[in-house]
Amino acid sequence: MSTQANAQNASMRFVMLLPYLWLVIFFLVPFVIVLKISLSQTALAQPPYLPLFDIATGWAGLVEFAKQLSADSFRLLSSDSIYLLSYLKSLQIAAVSTILLFIIGYPIAYGMARAPRAWQPPLVIAVVLPFWTSFLIRIYAWINILQRDGLLNDVLARLHVVDAPVAWLSSDRAIFIGIVYSYLPFMILPIYAALEKMDETLLEAAADLGCPRWKAFWLVTLPLSLPGVAAGALLCFIPIVGEFVIPDLLGGSETMMIGQTLWTEFFSNRDWPVASAIAVTLLGLLLVPILFFERLQQRSLEGGR
Amino acid sequence: MRRGTSSFNVISVVLGLAFLYLPITILVIYSFNASRLVTIWGGWSVEWYRELLHDDAILQAAWISLRVGALSASAATVLGTLAAVALTRMGRFRGRLLFSGMAYAPLVIPEVITGLSLLLLFVALGVDRGFWTIVIAHTTLTMCFVTVIVQSRLVNFDRGLEEAAMDLGCPPVKTFLTITLRLIAPAIAAGWMLAFSLSLDDLVIASFTTGPGATTLPIRIYSEVRLGVKPEINAVCTIMIAFVAVATVAASLIAKSGSARRQRAALGAQV
Repeated sequence: MSTQANAQNASMRFVMLLPYLWLVIFFLVPFVIVLKISLSQTALAQPPYLPLFDIATGWAGLVEFAKQLSADSFRLLSSDSIYLLSYLKSLQIAAVSTILLFIIGYPIAYGMARAPRAWQPPLVIAVVLPFWTSFLIRIYAWINILQRDGLLNDVLARLHVVDAPVAWLSSDRAIFIGIVYSYLPFMILPIYAALEKMDETLLEAAADLGCPRWKAFWLVTLPLSLPGVAAGALLCFIPIVGEFVIPDLLGGSETMMIGQTLWTEFFSNRDWPVASAIAVTLLGLLLVPILFFERLQQRSLEGGR
Repeated sequence: MRRGTSSFNVISVVLGLAFLYLPITILVIYSFNASRLVTIWGGWSVEWYRELLHDDAILQAAWISLRVGALSASAATVLGTLAAVALTRMGRFRGRLLFSGMAYAPLVIPEVITGLSLLLLFVALGVDRGFWTIVIAHTTLTMCFVTVIVQSRLVNFDRGLEEAAMDLGCPPVKTFLTITLRLIAPAIAAGWMLAFSLSLDDLVIASFTTGPGATTLPIRIYSEVRLGVKPEINAVCTIMIAFVAVATVAASLIAKSGSARRQRAALGAQV
């Protein structure tokens, strides 16, 4: 290769490293700062935490800084049951919603994959389209329907199903409806992608060998679609644990999900160290599923390299 | 997949789509309701749209959101495309695992964590928060979506074309610009659109990274929605839905012409 091509190759490598640098500065470094502040203490100052690290003080300053770090915020998190309940509530809601999403999403994805070839691209667009409209709008649409003098109660009353209006909003029920509605495309699409790739001769072989349809589904289709199910489940479960908007607008005020607790600590109580400690713990909690998701993503996008 | 469509398949798809579209449809219809109450239909009217024209706060927030969206989507498209090319074409390099980890993680990391960490970075750097900090935050959030879309296109296309160009003495940069970039153009366009709509949509990260004078449309809508349902908000939402619908149709048309062109290019390469 000529020297010119080599030089161009080198400059290309440099350009491609730009996103790397961006991610280090705006994704990795911020996490280090969150970790640092979670070990700081609240202060009536601007910014509202201590100690502050001044690079000009050098090594001695760093030692002094390290001495002042404390695990107070984490101690608070483990001693006050509000936080523990909040974590448990988030995990419970995320787990139940993921199962609901699977039960509702799988038949839809399966139906899409079995539709005539020509119908499939428009069906995929139809499932993706609501995802392109604002998240906030979709949740807001449900407030229209679920509020006390909303459409659902109106319809139920006209059908004489209920005598008095039901309080649909401000409950876990409303949170589940909102979550299933918002995350459904994330569950459908990976499952559909796995089913669509499936080799149909496998099912023909099963049928030829006398396997009934339901058994072929159970023994062939379902196991082959499991990577899609795993991708969909992770794509839903992980963000749902930290969900803020849905429980805030649709949920009640008894037990907050952890995303709401973090938000309140930060914006209402202005307790930055505790908010950071919540973020660190939440990330620790989600680390295993996140790593699992990363592996699936790498395998699907990089061909198992 | 075998295509023997049973009635169970049809019913589940129809019900699924009805579930996805019914709430949005109701919202759109009620934005034209003359009555202020959701349960009472007062006839068709564009009153709420007219009122919207005089709501300076909403109009200003919309203008800010559109600018943030366009800027951050453009930056995210450049960075995300480069990241996708680096991940598919550079093979093994030091720090690759960290790179791919960072490239996909924002897809699933809860927004409250990303928002909080970026805010703390801006505070540590002593940057005044406002318009530009939201742009940076949204660029970071949306570039991973661009990376995934572009990368799936890069993995699936025929590398023979690139290799042929290089064998014929075309330098790598020129090969990239004339062959690779053209082949992945539809994916890049789709990536931009997605980044733009995600930025237009984001409430949580914008709330953390915003400052005085930089109220985006979702922040504005959120503060109104917390106080209850308002017909004006139905109207804003309908306009946003119409905007997205038009953009999506445009994007799918671009993608269609792109794939037709690509097939022609592939055919030309075989001949």
